Amino acid sequence: MAWRATRRARPQPAAADPIVAALVAVLGHDRVRDDAAERSLLAHDASVFSGGAAGPVCFPTSTEEVQAVVRTAVAHGRAVVPRGAGTGLAGGAIPLGRPVVVVTTKMNRILEVDLDDRVAWVEPGVVNLDLSTYLRPLGYHFAPDPSSQQACTIGGNVANNSGGPHCLAYGVTGQHVLALDVVLPDGELVRLGGLDAEPPAYDLRGAFIGGEGTLGIATRIAVRITKNPPRVRTLLLGFDTIGDAATTVGRVIAAGVVPAAMEVMDRRITAAVEHFVHAGYPLDAGAVLLVEVDGLGEGTAVDAERVVEIGRANGATTVRVAATEEERALLWKGRKTAFGAVAQIAPSYYLQDTVVPRAALPGVLQSVYEIAERHGLMVVNVFHAGDGNLHPLLLFDSREQGAIERVHAAGREIVEVSLAAGGVLSGEHGVGVEKRDYMPLQFSDVDLDHQGRLRRAFDPACRANPGKVLPSGHSCADIQALERAAAGLWG
Amino acid sequence: MADDALEAFAAEVGASGPVAVEGARTRWSTGGQPAPGTRLLRAPEGIVEHRPEEMTVRVLAGTSVDELHRELGAAGQRTALPRRGGTVGGALAVGENDMCALGRGRVRDALLQVRYISAEGAVVTGGGPTVKNVTGYDLCRLFVGSLGTLGLIGEVILRTNPVPPVSRWLRAEGADPFAVLDVAFRPSAVLFDGATTWVHLEGHAADVEAERRALRGVPVGGDGWTECEDGPVLPPHRWSLRPCELRHLDGAALGAYVASVGVGTVFASHAPPPRPQAPALRALAERVKHAFDPGGRLNPGRHVALLVP
Ligand SMILES: Cc1cc2nc3c(=O)[nH]c(=O)nc-3n(C[C@H](O)[C@H](O)[C@H](O)COP(=O)(O)OP(=O)(O)OC[C@H]3O[C@@H](n4cnc5c(N)ncnc54)[C@H](O)[C@@H]3O)c2cc1C
Repeated sequence: MAWRATRRARPQPAAADPIVAALVAVLGHDRVRDDAAERSLLAHDASVFSGGAAGPVCFPTSTEEVQAVVRTAVAHGRAVVPRGAGTGLAGGAIPLGRPVVVVTTKMNRILEVDLDDRVAWVEPGVVNLDLSTYLRPLGYHFAPDPSSQQACTIGGNVANNSGGPHCLAYGVTGQHVLALDVVLPDGELVRLGGLDAEPPAYDLRGAFIGGEGTLGIATRIAVRITKNPPRVRTLLLGFDTIGDAATTVGRVIAAGVVPAAMEVMDRRITAAVEHFVHAGYPLDAGAVLLVEVDGLGEGTAVDAERVVEIGRANGATTVRVAATEEERALLWKGRKTAFGAVAQIAPSYYLQDTVVPRAALPGVLQSVYEIAERHGLMVVNVFHAGDGNLHPLLLFDSREQGAIERVHAAGREIVEVSLAAGGVLSGEHGVGVEKRDYMPLQFSDVDLDHQGRLRRAFDPACRANPGKVLPSGHSCADIQALERAAAGLWG
Repeated sequence: MADDALEAFAAEVGASGPVAVEGARTRWSTGGQPAPGTRLLRAPEGIVEHRPEEMTVRVLAGTSVDELHRELGAAGQRTALPRRGGTVGGALAVGENDMCALGRGRVRDALLQVRYISAEGAVVTGGGPTVKNVTGYDLCRLFVGSLGTLGLIGEVILRTNPVPPVSRWLRAEGADPFAVLDVAFRPSAVLFDGATTWVHLEGHAADVEAERRALRGVPVGGDGWTECEDGPVLPPHRWSLRPCELRHLDGAALGAYVASVGVGTVFASHAPPPRPQAPALRALAERVKHAFDPGGRLNPGRHVALLVP
C-alpha cells in the first residue's frame, strides 16, 4: 500500500488465474472480468491510496450467486473483497493480495417497501439517493445522507456505518438498519437482526455494521424508512471566525436544541463552493454555519429563532433563512458538492475524518490550521460540526517534491490532536487501510485483541477483506503476500 | 476515580471460576438463572461525568437507572434506558426498550462506549466517548442484550437527549391505533390493549397542541380523547413482533396485553413461545460466545435466546 501518487499499481499480466474458470462456471463469461484494465481500475477507491491488486472481478446478481462465488473462493483458498460504488475514503474496498472482488452494483433492486413496518428491503447495490427518491411519493426517506449519496451504495453505507449531515438528529446508518442477510466468509447465509421490536440477542446485526467488508457480504438489507418532516427551516449564519461558528454549535446543543443538521464551512471552501453553485453564500464571512431544523411548523419556528439568538450572541454577523425550497436545495447543493469544488484550489486533497467533543471544536480547529501551516500546506474545513465530526482537507499537488510526505505528517498530527482532545480516529469514513496502523493510538492491545475476537468469530479463516481495520499483530494470520503489500502503507 | 473502581472490579472478577453480576434483580430470570456455585458480584456505582453540551454521560454500571435519570433530569436531559428500575449495567445487558421507545430512542443505539471486565479479568474498552464514531469493530452493539455472557459491564458512556418541554398522555376508547400512527407526526408512544388506545405526545407546547388537533381526525367512541397522568400498566411478559403483526393479535395466546404500535413490542400476561433457531446463525452466535468466554465462566446457566440449549 502506498500513496497513489508515489507508486502506481502496475497492471498484472493477464496470465490465466486458475480460479477464473470456476467463477465463469458460476456467473458466465460476461459477469467475470479478469482483464488488466478492469483489475487496475478496481485496485482503487476514492481514497489517496494505491498499491492494491485485484484478482478476478465478479458481478453477481443474487444472494445465491454471491454464495456460489464465495464458496468458489474458499475452495481455491482465495480471499474475497466486497465492493459497492468505490467511494470509500479509507481504502476499505482496495483489494490487497489479489483477492476475488465481488462488486454489488448489479444487485440494485428495491425489493419491498412496507409502510406498516416502516421498512424497505433493498439489495446492497442500491444507490443511497435512489432509495430516497423512490420513497418520496410515499412521504418517506432513508435518513442517512452521505454527501456522496448520488453514487454510494447502501451496502457500502452499512459496511462503513456511514453518516451524513442529517445524522445529527436522525443517527448514522446503524440506527436505520433492522435486518441483514449476510453471506458469511465460509459461504453460509445468515439473517442478522429482524423486523421485530427486540430480536433475540446477540445483536450480530449491530456487530456486522461498520465491519468494512471483513465480516461477510450483505446481500439484502432491511432499512428503516423515515416520515418526511412536514416543515423544514434552513438557516445560514455567517461569522467572522470559524471559532465563533464552532462555539455556536456547542451552545445550541447545550440549550437543548438538536437541529436536524449543523454544518460548518470555512472561508476558502465557501468561496470555492459559491463560485460553483451561486447559492448566495457570503464571501466576506470567516466561516458559515448551515443549520436545518425540521418537524412541525410551530416548533421549528421556535427552534430556528433560538438558533439565531444563540448565533447572534456568539458573533454571527449575517443570518439568512432560506425562503423557498429552491433556495434550500441550492444551499445544500453547495455543501454536498464542497469536496468537488476543492478541485478549483488544488489538484489533490487528502481528507481527514476525526471526531472531537463539541466543546473542543474551536481549539482543535485552530490546531488544524497551525499544523497545516507548519507543514506548508493549505487546509480547508467543511464538516459535520453538530456531531463534532471534523473533515479537514489538506490540499496538495503530488508533482511537488515532498508534498505527500508533508500531507502524511500533518494528517497524523491532526489525528493526535483529536485524540488528545478526547476524540476518536474516525467519525464516518472508517479505518480501512488508512487508519489501521493508528488503531493502537486509540485502543490498548487488549481492546484490539477483543475486536479481533469478533472478527474471527465471523471469519475464522481470515478470508474476508484481509488486511483492513486491525493492525497486523491483531488481525488474523495475514496472508504473506498481503503483509508485504501493506508494509509501505504511508509511503 | 472511575478507573480505580474498574480496576477493583476487575480484581474481584478475577480470571477463574463462574461469575455473574447482580444488579437490582428486576429482570433476574431473563435468559435463565445463573448456575449454582456462581459467584455474584456488584458492579461499581456512581455517575462519573455528565456533559450536557456533548449529550453524553459517563456512568458506572451499578448505578440505578432512576438515580441516573434524576441527575440528568436536573440538567434537562435523559437517556433511552427504560424507566422501570434496575441498574444501568443490567438495563444494557438485558437491552429492553422503554415503552416510549419511539420518542426516547432504542437502548441499543444509546451506548457509545463500554468498559467491561473480560473472562480473563482484564478491563476492555469498546467504542469511544464521542456521539459519532466508527473506529474499529462495534463491541457496544454486541454488548447490549448480551446478558453478561461476553463480559461484565463496568462503566459506560451513554448518549443523552434533551427532555422535551411538554409531555402529555391521552387516551380514547375504540380509536384505531394504526390510524393514530398515521396522523400523528412523531408520537413517542402509541399503545393499545384491544379496546383503549393511549398516545404519548412530546415536544414544544404548540406542536403537542397541533398533534392533539390532528388526533381529532381519528374516529373514536366514548368521550373522545382525554388526558391521563400516565400510560397503561404493563403486563409482565414481552413479545417481540413485527409492527405489522400487531394488526392481527391473537388474544388467546397473549392473555391480557398492551401492544406498542409502530414498534412491535407486546406486553402480555402469557410468556412468548420459544423461537425456532436457524442453525447457521446459532453456530455464529456460539463462535462469538466462545471467542469472548472460552471457558464459559461468565453467567453460566444464562443464555441469550439464540443459544438456549
Ligand atoms: C465526495 C465524497 C463525499 C463523501 N461524503 C461522505 C459523508 O458525508 N458521510 C460518510 O459517511 N461518508 C462519506 N463519503 C465516504 C463514502 O461515500 C461512504 O463510506 C460510502 O458509504 C461508501 O459506499 P460505497 O458503495 O462507495 O462503498 P465502497 O467504497 O465500494 O466500499 C466501502 C466498504 O464497504 C465494503 N462493502 C461494500 N459493499 C458491501 C457489502 N454489500 N457487504 C459488505 N461489505 C461491503 C467494502 O469492502 C469496503 O470496505 C464520501 C465520499 C466521497 C468521495
